[in-house]
Amino acid sequence: MKKIEAIIKPFKLDDVKEALNEIGIQGMTISEVKGYGRQKGHKEIYRGAEYVVDFIPKIKIEIVIQSDWAEKVIETIKTSAATGKLGDGKIFVSEIQEAVRVRTGETGEEAI
Amino acid sequence: MKSKFWITLLGMVLFPMTSAWAADELNSGDTAWIIVSTALVMMMTPAGLALFYGGMSRYKNLLNTYAMTFCSYCLASIVWVVWGYSLSFGPDIGGLIGGLDQFLFSGIDVDSLSGTIPTSVFALFQMTFAGITVALVLGSVVDRVKFSFWLVFTVLWVTVVYTPVCHWAWGGGWMSQMGALDFAGGTVVHINAGVAGLVLCLVLGKRIGWGKEAMFPSSVTLTALGAALLWFGWFGFNAGSQLAADGLAGSAFLVTNTSAAMGAMTWMTAEWLADGKPSLLGIASGAVAGLVAITPAAGFVGVGASLIMGLVAGGLGFIFVAKIKHKLGYDDSLDAFGVHGICGIWGALATGLFANPAVNEAGAGLFYGNPRQVWIQLVSIVGTAAFSAVATFIVIMVTRVITGGIRIDKESEVEGLDNAFHGERGFEM
Repeated sequence: MKKIEAIIKPFKLDDVKEALNEIGIQGMTISEVKGYGRQKGHKEIYRGAEYVVDFIPKIKIEIVIQSDWAEKVIETIKTSAATGKLGDGKIFVSEIQEAVRVRTGETGEEAI
Repeated sequence: MKSKFWITLLGMVLFPMTSAWAADELNSGDTAWIIVSTALVMMMTPAGLALFYGGMSRYKNLLNTYAMTFCSYCLASIVWVVWGYSLSFGPDIGGLIGGLDQFLFSGIDVDSLSGTIPTSVFALFQMTFAGITVALVLGSVVDRVKFSFWLVFTVLWVTVVYTPVCHWAWGGGWMSQMGALDFAGGTVVHINAGVAGLVLCLVLGKRIGWGKEAMFPSSVTLTALGAALLWFGWFGFNAGSQLAADGLAGSAFLVTNTSAAMGAMTWMTAEWLADGKPSLLGIASGAVAGLVAITPAAGFVGVGASLIMGLVAGGLGFIFVAKIKHKLGYDDSLDAFGVHGICGIWGALATGLFANPAVNEAGAGLFYGNPRQVWIQLVSIVGTAAFSAVATFIVIMVTRVITGGIRIDKESEVEGLDNAFHGERGFEM
């Protein structure tokens, strides 16, 4: 099993979710995160006090899938999350050792 | 002989109808207006100023700022009725203070009158001014003051610093005897509080991380709401200071609004030109700057002057707060001196320029053939500032002994007072 972690621009979440639903992904977890890479922060000024805000709000999507689905999921996220501008995000893939469904106790690929 | 009789009879019938008799009687219109004005000014402290300041404080100290403001009003309320009113408005002693003849309102009862309104109403109206003046001072020192220090400081400051200046301007003291014009509190409230704030923040020192760390306001929304409530309440502050429901109150009402609006738009424009982005914080601050400036002048100037005063106040406030303050390197956190001190000084001076005898025969400024008024205003400004600075310093030193220090410990300052001291959060998110 593999875990896909995708950091994307917040306003792209709906597009990515729908695209994933269309290829058969029925569940995911998201969190609101902050970060920066090559996309620099922005300036805020309060009564002359200037602050540079480095961290930009992003959304992190986490999905655990069967290993042979990974390529398709990555391609789908890449296409639906892209805007072509700096800050579109990144996708990471890792191995999952075990998965368990809480309600039934099923393990392995049956649980995801 | 007979005609003398009829003339006398006519006189006896007509005389009671002259205004000479009406002046010492209770006027229900005046009384109703001043009761309402008092309520308006009251709202300025625990609502207007609390939100204005709270929204500009960092989130971790929002409630602490609000609580200090709220408590300032409560403590001033108590101090006032026990000895504050007497010191301010009691029979004059040497032009300096009112004495303690009216301690706990002794000698004043339900039927006592001050002009055409009950003394109780007059006293409470004046009390709301004391409450907001001391609350303004805390703006210089948010995020780092011991709560116990603030409570004791409030009681002592109202007693030792506010009541004398109030007496000098409005209680028959030396400033009014000299002919200084201060309609609603340019010296008594704004310069007094602004200078006191400056002294307190210089003694206290800067916040940890000042100049290096980002210190975001908890909510510009709350600040803007607070500014709007202050504007609303200021109608009571200025128009109510006429102590009557008449034409001059109406005039003060009008110029107050005009100055506020000009102040807001000027600060907005200045910020737009200087920094490229006009902020709501700036718009709200500009309105307050305009209101501060018109305060001493409200019952003495016309519309034209109020347009100019608001414009200068907005520009001056912006330049000082957004550009000059940072270069001077002190941490007047919420600009009690920057807005109230500086714009209060401008307002008091401008009163000496623009006071128009056609508006109020009690005052004529430089532009109406009385250049001496500028000098008189200057003396009252310097007198207030100097006294406030010295007396506030003494109050700080005495309070520090009573409360065992002024500043909170480092851990609490980093953690935030809402959590470390109050055990509360501003918002459940």
